[in-house]
Amino acid sequence: MTTTAEKKALTNKELHALAQQFRIDVMETLNSKGTGHWGGSSSVADILTYLYFKQMNINPEQPDWADRDRLILSKGHASPMLYAVLEKRGYLPEGSLSSFRDINSTLQGHPCMNKTPGVEMSTGALGHGLSVGLGMSLMAARSANPFKTYVIVGEGCLNEGQSWEAIMAAGKFTPENLVLLIDYNKVQLDGFSEDIMPLDPLADKFKAFNWNVAHRSYNGHDMDEIEASFEWLKTQSKGPSVIIYNTTKGKGVDFTENTNTWHGAPVSDDHLKAALPQLKADLDKWEEK
Amino acid sequence: MEMAGMRDALGEALVEIGKTNEKLMVLDADVSSSTRTGLFGKAYPDRFFNIGVAEANMVDVAAGMATCGYRPVVSAFAIFLALKATDQIRNVVCYNNLNVIIAGGYAGLSDSFDGASHQSLTDIAIMRAFPNLTVLAPSHAGDVKAALEEALTIEGPVYIRMCRNPGPVLDKKPLKIGEAQVLAEGGDITIGACGITVPMALDAAAELAQKGIRAEVLDLGSIKPLDADTIVKSVSRTGRFLSVEEHSVHGGLGSAVAEVLSRKKPVPMDFVGVEDCFTESGPYDGIMAKYGISVPAIVAKSEALAAL
Repeated sequence: MTTTAEKKALTNKELHALAQQFRIDVMETLNSKGTGHWGGSSSVADILTYLYFKQMNINPEQPDWADRDRLILSKGHASPMLYAVLEKRGYLPEGSLSSFRDINSTLQGHPCMNKTPGVEMSTGALGHGLSVGLGMSLMAARSANPFKTYVIVGEGCLNEGQSWEAIMAAGKFTPENLVLLIDYNKVQLDGFSEDIMPLDPLADKFKAFNWNVAHRSYNGHDMDEIEASFEWLKTQSKGPSVIIYNTTKGKGVDFTENTNTWHGAPVSDDHLKAALPQLKADLDKWEEK
Repeated sequence: MEMAGMRDALGEALVEIGKTNEKLMVLDADVSSSTRTGLFGKAYPDRFFNIGVAEANMVDVAAGMATCGYRPVVSAFAIFLALKATDQIRNVVCYNNLNVIIAGGYAGLSDSFDGASHQSLTDIAIMRAFPNLTVLAPSHAGDVKAALEEALTIEGPVYIRMCRNPGPVLDKKPLKIGEAQVLAEGGDITIGACGITVPMALDAAAELAQKGIRAEVLDLGSIKPLDADTIVKSVSRTGRFLSVEEHSVHGGLGSAVAEVLSRKKPVPMDFVGVEDCFTESGPYDGIMAKYGISVPAIVAKSEALAAL
């Protein structure tokens, strides 16, 4: 069995190149399909890449291995980025991404655990992920080999009241292997989060609910920073823990960054033509020897 | 007549099953002393989770447990499970076909004094509309353990609807998923009931017999899957069907039977249940009678159908 920990470790530069290639793959897929969410996919690319290629104890050849770490993408609209990562990581046959949102495809518009290997929980309706992750982590604590449960949320999930029920309950049950990762890109479907539903002071809210909160937020587009966030996580012996990543919605393309327009807008041929050179220029930077 | 409460049966059955089934987890939303799941909590504190008044979170926490091979039971008042956790039951538990047992207590009008806010008259309609979900309404306390045991043997989620108040203990076979039970035979009309209205239907059948009308009484406690064969076989002889339920007449057991009979064996039908209105506080029997769920109501509607 080859778990992530046993594989040859990728450098952070190599991880950057992978994440950027996923952005290109997703942008091209959304263009060819005429549907899907670019903004939130691009903002979570680096976090997902680090998790699946460096952080998590997983085995793609045996997706149901009992002791595997779990990842719940609670912001399920970022599904194309998850699928790109799962395909490259070996959970899905090569070329799977091209069937995204097709009839009879294993790749649903939002993640579906019974159709897609590697998807731990069906998401899409926002706000479910942390509750489910809490249930997983409570059962992990009964195991001789407790796995970690990572849950990724965005602002939309944190608008949902259920998330705060789960945050409150996690503060009570203190499962030490529950980790909440916030893709904090500050933009949601209808506009800037500070206008739609302000969440700040976000870290203070978690402190008030008795969570472990990193003493600072991290840059979710810098692999060294993401690595540092998980170094901080190692210092936490009692859970639950939360890491806030500052990210940019629509990351990597100048006209899609930091705007709600690109939450779920289709990618036209003209958009693709304008976006690809930018994405590829950045990729070249990470692929330079 | 011997009386017993479904909630007491639930608490005792969970404790009993928990002795041998180490995968059994019980979650409650701060009503465990009412639903009696507190008995399980006392016996197995490390397998009991009081989630507080947060039904939505509770159902999804249970879903997460189920993905790890455990068999969670979530317990709360039926109305709050059906309405506050609808999204969780539909999008997480049912969509993923997870082994979560949803134990809805205080169903129907049985939380009578607490009033319309606590009375659950649409839960069957909601639950049976979800793919993958088995929907059971035990007709007496003795069927609660049977329902739990059945639920623990199948793959997929199960909703168990229970009455708050003690009801008559019936002499019948244990509830089985997908099977109707013929509790009284007759050739003039078929009365199909579920839950606490089953003993009422039996009482009504006895009264109807005195009037020369022979009613066949079916316990349709397995609302989904519904035993269409037994229903069709019965109405093939009786030619008429009356549904009886402690639920709105919209979308409940009567609707489920109508969906079957309109396709397979259309016959005249009528429905005993709460009409399209909000109910109120009061003593259980009085509220049931005021809102049309009573032995006299069953008798009257049966007579009208039989006269067709």
